[in-house]
Amino acid sequence: MSTLTRGTVVIDVEACKGCDLCIDACPPRVLVMTKEHVNTRGYRYPMLLPGCTGCKACAQICPDFVFQVYKYETPQEIG
Amino acid sequence: MLIEREGLQVIDTDRPPAEPARLVDDFTPELVDVGTHGLCPGCGEPIAVRAAVEAIAELGLTQRTIAVFGIGCYTAFSNNLDVEVLQALHGRAPSLATGVKRARPDTAVITVQGDGDMVNEGLQEVLHTAARGESVTCVMLNNGVFGETGGHLTATTVLGQRTKNTLDGRDAREHGYPILLADLIAQLEGAAYVARCSVNDAGHVARTKRHLTRALETQMQGAGFSFVEILTMCPTGWFIDTLEAPAYLESTVAAVHIPGVVKDVLASRG
Amino acid sequence: MSRRLLEGSEAVAEAMVAAGCRFFAGYPMTPFTEVLEHLARLLPEYGGVCINAESELEAVGMAWGAAATGTRAATGSTGQGLSLMQESLAELGNARVPLVVLNMARAQGDYFQATRGGGHGDYRMPVLAPQDAGEAVELVQTAFELADQWRMPVLVFGDYYLAHTAQSVDVPAAGPAPAAPDWALDGGTGGSGRAKLISPLGSEKRRDDVGYDLQEHYRACATRVEEMAAGVEPQAEVVDADDADVIVMAWGTPARYIRAAVRELQAGGARVGFVRPITLFPFPSATVAAAAAGARLVLVYENNQGQMIDDVRLALEGRVPVKFIGGLSLDHSGFGIAPDLEVTTMRKRIEEAMC
Repeated sequence: MSTLTRGTVVIDVEACKGCDLCIDACPPRVLVMTKEHVNTRGYRYPMLLPGCTGCKACAQICPDFVFQVYKYETPQEIG
Repeated sequence: MLIEREGLQVIDTDRPPAEPARLVDDFTPELVDVGTHGLCPGCGEPIAVRAAVEAIAELGLTQRTIAVFGIGCYTAFSNNLDVEVLQALHGRAPSLATGVKRARPDTAVITVQGDGDMVNEGLQEVLHTAARGESVTCVMLNNGVFGETGGHLTATTVLGQRTKNTLDGRDAREHGYPILLADLIAQLEGAAYVARCSVNDAGHVARTKRHLTRALETQMQGAGFSFVEILTMCPTGWFIDTLEAPAYLESTVAAVHIPGVVKDVLASRG
Repeated sequence: MSRRLLEGSEAVAEAMVAAGCRFFAGYPMTPFTEVLEHLARLLPEYGGVCINAESELEAVGMAWGAAATGTRAATGSTGQGLSLMQESLAELGNARVPLVVLNMARAQGDYFQATRGGGHGDYRMPVLAPQDAGEAVELVQTAFELADQWRMPVLVFGDYYLAHTAQSVDVPAAGPAPAAPDWALDGGTGGSGRAKLISPLGSEKRRDDVGYDLQEHYRACATRVEEMAAGVEPQAEVVDADDADVIVMAWGTPARYIRAAVRELQAGGARVGFVRPITLFPFPSATVAAAAAGARLVLVYENNQGQMIDDVRLALEGRVPVKFIGGLSLDHSGFGIAPDLEVTTMRKRIEEAMC
């Protein structure tokens, strides 16, 4: 079943400090933290599920400048 | 564009989208030189600093701004912002800012100070600067702890708030009562714009940026002293998990240091 | 150049403006207050700013901020007020910010504060001690030049006597203020990738997550202090030392009385010489040592419990005995003019010490 996705992000995995703030901040709740994968500094980091709206709440709340946010010209059906 | 990781179908977020898309927010604001910094996970201060430099850039003040930094965890940013920076001693930023603005009235002068810096060490400086109506913008990053020295209480720590020396919550009998600085400053006639906001969710961050913008506009119109108090998370100083900090801020700190526009003389003039 | 009868305070204020000072902040305190009053009147006439700061702490802070924009700036107080400024004075050199600081002192007990510094760390600053208003006018000009050259505070050491005594002085006409140097802040380098930084913690933006490197920075600061100590020409006045059996030393306004007492003793046949340090830092150690080379005794007068005498002993390295003929001499107010400043009194003291 595909999900309408209006936006997407690029995640700077190495910049992340695993604080989890983006998870709660995301209105459609499409960010989920890794459970086992960590970056080179030992922090877990977020992964993006389909359904992003490009609202950039994650970028605004992130203390470590992890996110680059894009909005698709045409919404995509993903998944 | 989907890849599998930990049993989930996730978007490949290591590269920009192949489909046509426009960039709506870049990693760092153009005025921050570094992506990684040494502040704690979940710290609210970088969020506030980001909002400040974005406001400066959006108002077109990049080449007219001098930022005067106090001493605290946020001092790390005095070293990697692409605006001119004057580093002050603990508590002393408002007097330096006064000297800068009087000598160079065309610049946009903003201070960045923590609550320990501004309300403990430097209380007289910020009050006098506000009373004089100096056309500078003082910004307080308020987390109710001395972050850099280990998390002890400050003059703004609210009753019941957990810090290193108030692990059971601040008790008035032992440590007295917090100073609500924004409310104090608003009573001074020299203060033209006084606002309080927070960075514990994306909506509040957006509002913080609006207050900062308004404060800088007040300064550039020569209307008087402007002050923005930004409540920030300090999970380390509060001894809580990073995920709990936004809610703790809301229920503990923001319940006393109440967000909102406390004073806006330009708005009331219409 | 105009020759006028001016109180020391006014002469100093005029000299500052003539030297290009366009920012002053201060807090009233005896015997410094009149300097602040004069500058409050003068500076606006030259497009400058004078602020009555709400405290000495804020005064030095405001002057620091103005100086960081490349404006020639100064502050001042008396010793007690300077005590409040010490943290900032200790860090201004680390931040490489020039500033002229005036101590209109009460007596001479602030010598240690001025030369050793009441602040923390290994900083030093040039200290200039005029003997009267005329010399103060010259040394104020020198102070601004030294401050700009070495990018640190420079202290001018006056006192109640100098502040409140009127004298005929030549004050240069005020020229234009000098242009702001390259390092000064005006906002303009924002967004360039190389926005300027003025900080007591470091000189450069590092653009990494390491931040300031304080070890490297404080070493560089210490090196600059050494360069200043070696690079500033020490100044002293020497009178008839070559043939002298006994050298008498004093500094600041009391030195005029000591010099007059020495002249009287010379007239009576005594082989007495006189040395007056003008730069208290760098101390004119070589000059003092050379002047005392043929002497059997050095006498030191100061209006304190003995402070400069330490530097005299250090300069002589034990080669000549040193005796203290000074001491605390204050009027009832504690502010001002020493009762023992009287040539006969001084002459008797020197004679007794010479036996």
